[in-house]
Amino acid sequence: MQETLVNWMPHVVERLPDLWEALTDTLLMVLWSGLISFALGLFLGILLTVTKPGAILENRPLYHIADKTISLFRSIPFIILLTWVMPLSRALAGTTLYVRGAIVPLVFGSVPFFSRQVESALAELDHGFVEAALSMGSSPLEIIFRVYLRESVAAIARGTTITLVSLLNLTAMAGVVGAGGLGDFAVRYGHDRNWGDVTNVTVLLLVIIVCVIEFIGGRIVKKATH
Amino acid sequence: MIELNHISKDFGSGTRQVHAVRDVSLSIERGEVFGIIGFSGAGKSTLVRCINLLERPTAGTVMVDGQELTALPARELRQARRKIGMIFQHFNLMPSRTVSGNVAYPLWGSGLSKAEIQEKVRKLLDLVEIGDKADAYPRQLSGGQKQRVAIARALANDPSVLLCDEATSALDPQTTKSILRLIKRLNETLGITVVVITHEMAVVKEICGRVAVMEQGRVVEQGEIFSIFANPKAPVTRSFIRTTSNLQKIEELIAQDSPIVRLQPGELVVRLTYVERSPAEPVISEASQRYGVVLNIIFADIEIVQGAPIGGTVAIIGGERAKVTAAVEYLIEKNVGVEVLKDARDAG
Repeated sequence: MQETLVNWMPHVVERLPDLWEALTDTLLMVLWSGLISFALGLFLGILLTVTKPGAILENRPLYHIADKTISLFRSIPFIILLTWVMPLSRALAGTTLYVRGAIVPLVFGSVPFFSRQVESALAELDHGFVEAALSMGSSPLEIIFRVYLRESVAAIARGTTITLVSLLNLTAMAGVVGAGGLGDFAVRYGHDRNWGDVTNVTVLLLVIIVCVIEFIGGRIVKKATH
Repeated sequence: MIELNHISKDFGSGTRQVHAVRDVSLSIERGEVFGIIGFSGAGKSTLVRCINLLERPTAGTVMVDGQELTALPARELRQARRKIGMIFQHFNLMPSRTVSGNVAYPLWGSGLSKAEIQEKVRKLLDLVEIGDKADAYPRQLSGGQKQRVAIARALANDPSVLLCDEATSALDPQTTKSILRLIKRLNETLGITVVVITHEMAVVKEICGRVAVMEQGRVVEQGEIFSIFANPKAPVTRSFIRTTSNLQKIEELIAQDSPIVRLQPGELVVRLTYVERSPAEPVISEASQRYGVVLNIIFADIEIVQGAPIGGTVAIIGGERAKVTAAVEYLIEKNVGVEVLKDARDAG
């Protein structure tokens, strides 16, 4: 067994401790930036939804500021964003390196995307539900939690799945500027040293992570759909 | 109970401004079933949304149960809305909640304990005769069942008013009848004031005591159902009544020169309509016997509205000229509306 593995992927076996470290780094980056992005994106998505003209807390200036800011960050290519937010990263996380240094750019890269996902998830909701809730005397806060969020669990889970997969994608790029992780591992050994087996194994691991994310997302969607 | 004073509602601004409701004043009494009818775009849905301020009127005041809603701050308005139930054309039940979950929705924060809420939900579901569906999800219900659940939900906080916005427009005729019967029963047993918005005259005829007819944002006519039916004044009212009666078909038949209405010399085609509430006197038979004329009924459409017959008949009257004229005068004297549609008295 051991021998077969060594024959099939000599360099991976040789660098196994590095591979584990890279995998852990990737998962940590997805976890931390994912959690922060989820909270911020959810907040912004709700903000966009309820301050839109005609919505329950209509507020044109606030809506337009949020809307345009999100569009601004959405239009910056991630590789540029990575270097652009470095000063902020240094201020907030104390470093621009390793997993810690990657969180700020990853959050900047995925929050605008996830906000749009949440916004479109909430927009799918029939306005009739909101109207019914208003007619029953619900307050705006109550409508946000008891109608918008509660009725959009499946749609938000779908958006979260898509965001996490794209976040995983971003972590590979963050690796290039010193964050580590699977992307960095594949580039350093697979590409630079031309060790094909390293690239293949990295890709396989990423496919597995994506499958796990999509499986969990799918289960939540199914559970929340009646 | 509900006082709308000079309500106007505009949407948009400048050249794209739409006057959805224009200077409407209505007074709806406690315990009545009041209908608001109009074609789509007449402003009736906007008007009913002005009652619970889902739409805030551009001008005018709204009083419900002695409270001026238009003057209330947000928090008190929300309290007031709990006493104004509303049901919708597309039911608007929340799909992630069960039937009981939906009915319990408005009871959240009402100060009732969990057990009390459960008990109340059960009672409400029994009231609308759908107690066996408590644990079903809205998706599993038919349209009529969904509307029953929506009614239970609207009644959860014991409102004094129930607003029905095209509540039966998405239902088939039979289900419509059963929902209307339910609303009528709730009106009678709970004393709840009901406002019904519809584009179907049949709905108004079925349960309303009074009706307002809307056109282009204005109320063009209002009054007791019977008098509106018997004596419609506005053209739009007439066209609504036409939709529920086949007495207008005669004009088509005459225009097509159908054999049914081809007259012998001396005959005439008349449309006889009841215009006032009266016990069903056998006026037609009486006229025929008393004046010795032949009354050939082509078709009739008579219904009982608010306990009195309404509608009429289309008939051919034949006989001696003087007697025919006398019979027509007799009918007019008996307060039957007589329209001569085709006259062959001078023919031949």
